[in-house]
Amino acid sequence: MTNHWIDIRNADCIMIIGSNAAENHPLSFKWVTRAMERGARLIHVDPRFTRTSSKADIYAPLRSGTDIAFIGGMINYILNDMEQNPENYNMEYIKQYTNAAFVVNAGFTFEDGLFGEVSDGKYTAAAKKTWKYADTETPATDPALKDPDSVFQLLKKHYSRYDVDTVCNITGTPKDIYMDVCRTFCATGQKGKAGTIMYAMGTTQHTYGTQNVRSYAILQLLLGNMGVAGGGINALRGTSNVQGSTDMCLLSHILPGYLAVPQEVDTDLETYLKRACPSTITPQGLTGDKSANWWSNYKKYVVSLLKAWYGDAATGGNDFCFNYLPKCDPSVNYTHIGMFEAMGEDKIRGLWVWGQNPASGGPNSNGEREALGNLDWLVVADIWMNETSEFWQRPGVNSPDIKTEVFVLPAACSYEKEGSISNSGRWVQWRYKAVEPPGESLPDLEIMNLIMLKLKELYQADSSAPQAEAITSLDWNYGVHITADAVAREINGYDLTIGKLAESFGNLKDDGTTSSGNWLYCNMFTEADGNKAKRRNTVDSHPNQIGLYSDWTWCWPLNRRIIYNRASVDLDGVPWDKEHPVILNYNPVTKWQGDVPDGGWPPISQAKEGEKYLPFIMKPEGVARLWGYDRADGPVPEVYEPWESPLDKNLMSGTRNNPCAFIGKYRNEHSSSDRYPYVGTTYRCTEHWQTGIMTRSLPWLVELMPEMYVEMDEELAAEKGIKSGDSVIVSNARGEIKAVAVVTRRFQPLKVGGKDIHHIGILNHWGYSGMAKGDSGNILTPHVGDANTTIPEYKTFLCNVRSAR
Amino acid sequence: MELNRRDFLKLSGTGLSAAVAFAFLPDGTVMAAPREFPLKTKVKETTTICCYCGVGCGAIVAAYGDGIIKIEGDPDHPINEGALCSKGLAMSQIHQVNGKPNQYRLTKPLYRAPNATEWEEKSWGWMIETIARRVKATRDKYWTGRASRTDAIASLGGGELDNEECYLLSKMNRALGVVYLEHCARI
Repeated sequence: MTNHWIDIRNADCIMIIGSNAAENHPLSFKWVTRAMERGARLIHVDPRFTRTSSKADIYAPLRSGTDIAFIGGMINYILNDMEQNPENYNMEYIKQYTNAAFVVNAGFTFEDGLFGEVSDGKYTAAAKKTWKYADTETPATDPALKDPDSVFQLLKKHYSRYDVDTVCNITGTPKDIYMDVCRTFCATGQKGKAGTIMYAMGTTQHTYGTQNVRSYAILQLLLGNMGVAGGGINALRGTSNVQGSTDMCLLSHILPGYLAVPQEVDTDLETYLKRACPSTITPQGLTGDKSANWWSNYKKYVVSLLKAWYGDAATGGNDFCFNYLPKCDPSVNYTHIGMFEAMGEDKIRGLWVWGQNPASGGPNSNGEREALGNLDWLVVADIWMNETSEFWQRPGVNSPDIKTEVFVLPAACSYEKEGSISNSGRWVQWRYKAVEPPGESLPDLEIMNLIMLKLKELYQADSSAPQAEAITSLDWNYGVHITADAVAREINGYDLTIGKLAESFGNLKDDGTTSSGNWLYCNMFTEADGNKAKRRNTVDSHPNQIGLYSDWTWCWPLNRRIIYNRASVDLDGVPWDKEHPVILNYNPVTKWQGDVPDGGWPPISQAKEGEKYLPFIMKPEGVARLWGYDRADGPVPEVYEPWESPLDKNLMSGTRNNPCAFIGKYRNEHSSSDRYPYVGTTYRCTEHWQTGIMTRSLPWLVELMPEMYVEMDEELAAEKGIKSGDSVIVSNARGEIKAVAVVTRRFQPLKVGGKDIHHIGILNHWGYSGMAKGDSGNILTPHVGDANTTIPEYKTFLCNVRSAR
Repeated sequence: MELNRRDFLKLSGTGLSAAVAFAFLPDGTVMAAPREFPLKTKVKETTTICCYCGVGCGAIVAAYGDGIIKIEGDPDHPINEGALCSKGLAMSQIHQVNGKPNQYRLTKPLYRAPNATEWEEKSWGWMIETIARRVKATRDKYWTGRASRTDAIASLGGGELDNEECYLLSKMNRALGVVYLEHCARI
């Protein structure tokens, strides 16, 4: 989240899209309700009428996977309305804080759904060059927004195609409801008004999921809703510490603190930095004239990370052990789907799994379960048996045929150990140990420590092993009984010259005199205040009490509760919203009041020439990107159909699918629309969670929600002779599942491209392990992924349904 | 002054009112004595954060002397203000059901040999040693020297772990040269 949970109460309009917050993040609704009590309007956009919709002022149905058309039409509405009624929008924000005025390369082309030449599933380097600014170092701007090559004019041209008839023909949304959404949400474009977007996996789990989020970003920037209280783009996040695990970068492309994973070409630290550290871009002609380009500190963070990992062994003379870091082959996809493709091709010999359950949670379960059988060994650390650890004795297989050796390690649950987790609002909160874990179970932290200590011992004894020093010289001195406290201190980091905890990432150095396991978490654990994740001060100390609760635990970065907050004030430093200012009252002596500012510099108009800092400090050009030229699949979102679509063609262009989507080859049969005419989509219910492994063995929850079910509309059910409560089979080219039918008016057929489209809603919580069992929804989902992230397209695929009788 | 159940527990827990018929609060309010409901068991209260979605609701775990626990929403927590959803309220059942350990929890390390049809119980010592040997053998055999990596070992998991565990898992995998390093944020 750019903002945080309590901040939702400050919104004037809330659009929930790609999420069923009321059922899947129930306590978030406390703050949606508070906003509505002050008069805020709630819009819910979703293929299904859920409990979230039931509370909304406007419920807008859309066909699953058509967000880009839906939001694109809203952007078109704004760009047209802005011309007629500029006073209804914050033009100063748009011109000064975004790249609207930037002049783009004159070679840019867009034809028939493509942004230049595509070769082998990728845009060519030549095509990508045309997406950039005409001058990539000191780009020219046209603050009048008239230059035909300006971002603003290119957006106008692109989105002029997204007229309301075209959009509603693609999404299936009734036109009057759609126009109501446009008018209601776009009213937050007024200075001082704030609109927020709450989204979840309904947005991201598509072959163009990243561009779905990009479309929200464009919308929010045109409305001046980023950086302000009650605004932002807020990913609700479905797991208690998926924010923290992302920050710690348990992902193939990043190291802790979002630092790029080295590639084979990065033969030394300097080469790596040259590639990974962005050069500063200084725009010409804006009032702000200085880009902070925060990532220019890259070297400090990388060197401090290497000092945390390799301690005294990391010196300036040996590139701080940079050569020990694994280097990727950029042509290989190492993501979840890529991993299982490689496993299917028998390229991976061993897998360890820590509190995850890919046999049920990954896409195309039948394929991923079979791929596990290619492993020589599998280690599963968990608090329960799950579908992954039991894959070798799953229904329908002969166990003696499966060669994989399986190790199951009993772990401790969240309150049987201590440590911190980070919620979606980036609050890092400490959890304490209440009881002992059962039997011989151990916290994962201790299990990892024991394994690594043993590995260090084995490598000490075998100096002939390849690159043994990467393990023997690893700074791993936690003793036999490791504590979360010791690791939390290491993550924060130290000033090594005095042996004290580092105060903030502003103090980290690139010369090896500081360490920090994750620069973003530096400042959480300080000598003066101790472990700030333990703080429990319930006073909201903000002058206007906008709900920051800045002394309750701690949040990254630097306890800044609303990021990009320098965009919440005008060039003179005056908050757009007088009622809910985020930062305010700048004075050269006392500086800013309110939230921790995104850089403590004076307001742009008060600063000296050459020191007028632009507000979006993480972007090399200092402003937010309406035009996002670094994405794999184009600088601006464009409508494509899902990999499996009920339509024969894209109603917007001749390019049917995202040309850069990742398409798996391993056991990934494609379902055709003639045999499988209905749109399948997966989701959760309140009582269960993820693959159900944390809920299907809790009797209270099983009593509330005992069985796997699928939902469908009344017309489809009547056509198929299915009644509520019937046992049905949902199938497609990849497999079939049995479930209880729920026939409901919550789904309605949608009129798309002249025909009726039916959805089948499928829960994703079930499997063959635990107390309550059932078929996994992911048996039906495809092994295809987003062009930028390879997140699977769980939310839209094709299927058919029949009675099981 | 309103006294909620937690304040009441705090008072009785410290023994201020447990022995007398009436408790007199600082503002003079007389409160009915807890004598009829004496707390005979020592209760240890710790705060926690819910283990399910990303909202980060606070909860209080009350652990009684005999190992029985109760979990309720933390009324001081600014996000959930004492409320929990159905999953959060059921968190205690991860540890115990009807006063007994949840029978579905793993309690011992288990091993399944290649092509075997049953689990075998093993000691932690044997498991750690055997796993470390498998990791080393795989890494060393499938080592790409020029890139300091192994493509033959993969790691999944993290979104349900604590930050300190996630960090350590990252450190450990990267030191081993693992590049297939992923978790549920990707899916």
